[in-house]
Order: sequence, then C-alpha cells, then structure tokens
Amino acid sequence: MALLETRGLTASYGDFQALYGIDTILQTGETVAIIGANGAGKSTYLKAITGLIRGRAESVWFDGEPIGASPAAEIMRRGIALVPEGRRLFPSLTVEENLLIGRYGRDAPGPWSLDRIYALFPAVKARRHSASTTLSGGEQQMTAIGRALISNPRLLLCDEISLGLAPIVVRGLYDALPQIKAAGTTVVLVEQDIVQATKVSDRIYCFQEGRLSLSGRPADLSRDQIHLAYFGT
Amino acid sequence: MTVWADALIQGILLGGLYALFAAGLSLIFGIMRLVNLAHGDLIVLAAFVILTLAAWLGLDPFAATIAALPIMFVAGFALQYLLLNRTLGRDLLPPLLVTFGLSIIIENGLLELFSADSERLHAGAIETASIMLSSEISIGVAPLLTLGSAIAVIFVLNFIFYRTSLGRAFRAIADDLEIAQLMGIDHPRIFSVAMGLCFIVVTIAALYLGMRANFDPTIGPGRLLYAFEAVIIGGLGSFWGTLAGGIILGVAQTVGAQINPEWQILAGHVAFLAVLILKPRGLFPRAAD
Repeated sequence: MALLETRGLTASYGDFQALYGIDTILQTGETVAIIGANGAGKSTYLKAITGLIRGRAESVWFDGEPIGASPAAEIMRRGIALVPEGRRLFPSLTVEENLLIGRYGRDAPGPWSLDRIYALFPAVKARRHSASTTLSGGEQQMTAIGRALISNPRLLLCDEISLGLAPIVVRGLYDALPQIKAAGTTVVLVEQDIVQATKVSDRIYCFQEGRLSLSGRPADLSRDQIHLAYFGT
Repeated sequence: MTVWADALIQGILLGGLYALFAAGLSLIFGIMRLVNLAHGDLIVLAAFVILTLAAWLGLDPFAATIAALPIMFVAGFALQYLLLNRTLGRDLLPPLLVTFGLSIIIENGLLELFSADSERLHAGAIETASIMLSSEISIGVAPLLTLGSAIAVIFVLNFIFYRTSLGRAFRAIADDLEIAQLMGIDHPRIFSVAMGLCFIVVTIAALYLGMRANFDPTIGPGRLLYAFEAVIIGGLGSFWGTLAGGIILGVAQTVGAQINPEWQILAGHVAFLAVLILKPRGLFPRAAD
C-alpha cells in the first residue's frame, strides 16, 4: 500500500485555481522530488497534503485513510511533517524551544530525539539557547528541519530548503539527507534547483501551471524531457 | 512628607487590584489578539458567582472563590470554544462586536437576576485589619493580600508562558498560527484553555473587587477601562509590564487624590495618556511584537 496518494487533487485560492487534478503516489522509504517553475503549484500541493488548504477528503490518502478534509493539526499527528518555505521559525521561542515544539502534537517513538538532531546539526546545538531570530539562514533552516524531524514523522515534506542560502550551506543541508533517509523516513523535496533535486531523489514529479507535466526516475528521463516539462517550451 | 509616602504605598497596593483586572486581558490579547470588551463585565459576573456560592453554601468569600474557580474555568473554556473562536480571523471587527454584545448581555442579565442593588463580599475582620508601619502610616491586610495575589498570579502566568509546553504552544500560536497548526497544536482548544485561565484570573480579581468596595451589575465597563490602561502602560504581551502598569495607574490615582480629592480618576487617565504619548508601545513591550 502506498504511504501517500493524491487522487485528482485540486486546490484554489479564491477564484484562482492553483492545482488541476494531481495524481501522485509515494511509497514508504522513497525520496521524491517535486520540481517546477515559480507558481507551478508545488507549495500548494504541500499545503493541500498538510491540511493548510482543505478540500475533498478522498483527494489525499495517507496510510490508506482519506485526509484531504482533515485539519492540519490532525494530519501532523498522523505523521506528516513540513519544513515550510522560508523556514518560519517561531521568533518568541529559543532555538531549543523551536525544536521541542515540533513534537507538541506527536511524540512518536523513533530515531529522532533532541540529542540526535543536535548530532546531525552541531551548529544548532551551539546556539540552542539563543533567540531563533539571531541565527544565520543556514542555521535557521537546520532548526526548521530538526523541528520537523523531532516528531519522528513517517513523511517529511521539505519546501525549497535551498532557497536564499549559499551553495556551501545547501550542500551541508543535503549531506544530512542520507541520514534522514536511513531512518526510514519518506521524503518529499520541493525544489526549483533541478540538479540538486534529481541527484538525491528516487523519483521526480514535475509540475507546470498546476498540472503534472512529467514523472519518472531521474535516470530514465532526458535533460530535454525535463526541460520541456519544466518550462513548457 | 508622610502623607506622600502614604499615598505612594496605598497607590502601589491599589495597583495590585488593577493588575489583577488587567492580567487576564493581557493574557488573551497576547495569545490571540482578541480585545475582549466584556472583560470588565466578566469580573463583575465572577463577583456575583462568588456572592451566590457564598450565600448558598454558607462559605466565606475566600472559600467561595476556590469553589468558583473550576466553574469559571469551564465557563471560559466553553465561551471561547463555542462562541469566540468563531469570531477570530483576519478581521479584527467581529470579536470586538461580539464581546461588546456579550458585555451588554452580561450586564442586563445580572440586572435581571440580582437587581441594581449594591452588593459586597463580606469577609469579616480581615476587611478592616491593618498593619501599623509608623504612627501615621498603616497598610490594610486586604490590600496587601490583593497585591500579593497579583504578584502570585503574574508569576504563575509567566511560569506557564515561559516554562511549560502549554506556554510554548501559546507563544507559537501568537507568533505564527499557520505553522503552529503544523506542530499539531489544536488552536481552537488551546485558545479555549487560555480563556479558561483568563476566567480563573478574573475570578481572583473579582474576590478583591467585591471585598474592597460595593459592586453592582453596571460597574464592568469602568473596570475594563482600568484594565486596558494598565495593559497599555505596561506594554502589550508582557505580564510583569502589566503589573507595573497597574501599579503606575494606582500610584497616579492616589497621588492625584492627595493633591486634590477630585483628581483621583483624572490623574490615572493623565498618567495613561502621558505614557501613550511618550512610549506608545508601553514601558515594557515584548521584543517580538
């Protein structure tokens, strides 16, 4: 059984329709990249899965249960965690409190604990008592990833974790990915950076203007195919 | 010289009462940006609940307050869960209108049930007991207890806010409601717990309101005004600031009254306006706001 499945997923912001009938399937343990240009609907897809946008219950299935109409807090408790675009740490909380609140709704047993996250990101440990607003962009992103991991999610969704960060910092973040995958977590990476995304993922889905334009294993897809699916020309 | 020292001490003690009026308002505004216009009427309502329980069960006001606390917590939780949560959103107007309406309903409901007669919570000898500091200055035990309770309430609220998992959820919701939901925080329930806590503080405030002076169903809006002023003087979202705000308001009133008895209320409002002009964000604003 698939871990996550979307069936004809649609989503709108008022009159603007952002997703048109998206069908995707994720198996347990996979790493899947969602690529596409700005405004292709990638972030909307994540919002629809996490319950920040609610639609028909049967449009999203997690672990065999329809969750498309469930509130965000309930979906999180089922084991879906999001690293949101732009990090969005809580400014009134310290770095450690930002990590701890990640397991507020779900404190499931699993590989990820505060110590394990500090071991993965020693730079975060060094700043653990600081206000989260004083961290560098890279440290903030590590904290945001840790905040999502600490609940031991079954599905980890990462929205543009490389956005606005220096290449060396991005490499550091991606170096942590094998450890996250090794723990058995299914990972979805939403990326504009095609090279980075195809390098680490088992499969990719490409979105274009709210529709699925391509899917497959990176090795099976040619540069031209991806280019066409990404840009439409 | 002694009269001024006395005015200062009595003002600080009075400030404890104003801080108790304000603490619940500060809590609710800090978490959900809800300006509760019924806050003063809720204090009066709580005073009538204490009065009723004291009469029914034959308890003194302190014991009746303890009996009222769980009832009021549940009432606050239910009010938020069933009514106020539906008014919260991007628009600030619906909660203002609904709590304004609630204020009218509470006031008229109390008039209907208890009439416009003045009531008082009779606590016996403690009401008039005092401690002599010098031959000319004495402080009342009841006002001292009020200030002590205000400090204790602020201490406990601060502890909950900054040292517990519930407090982390409060702060996370205040920072970013959308992301807080992704942490599995069920915000309608957390808002309701916060309102329950607010009602507990309101009930403690009501005890001292009713012991200190007469009350009737119509005095709520006046208490709301003092609560607002204390919160704004102290800075939105800061509990110790709210205590300081209450004390500044109290001292301004007693010092004003010392100059001219007619200036008591005026001096409080002038102090409030002065802070608003000089430091519009209050004296101790929370850094993140």
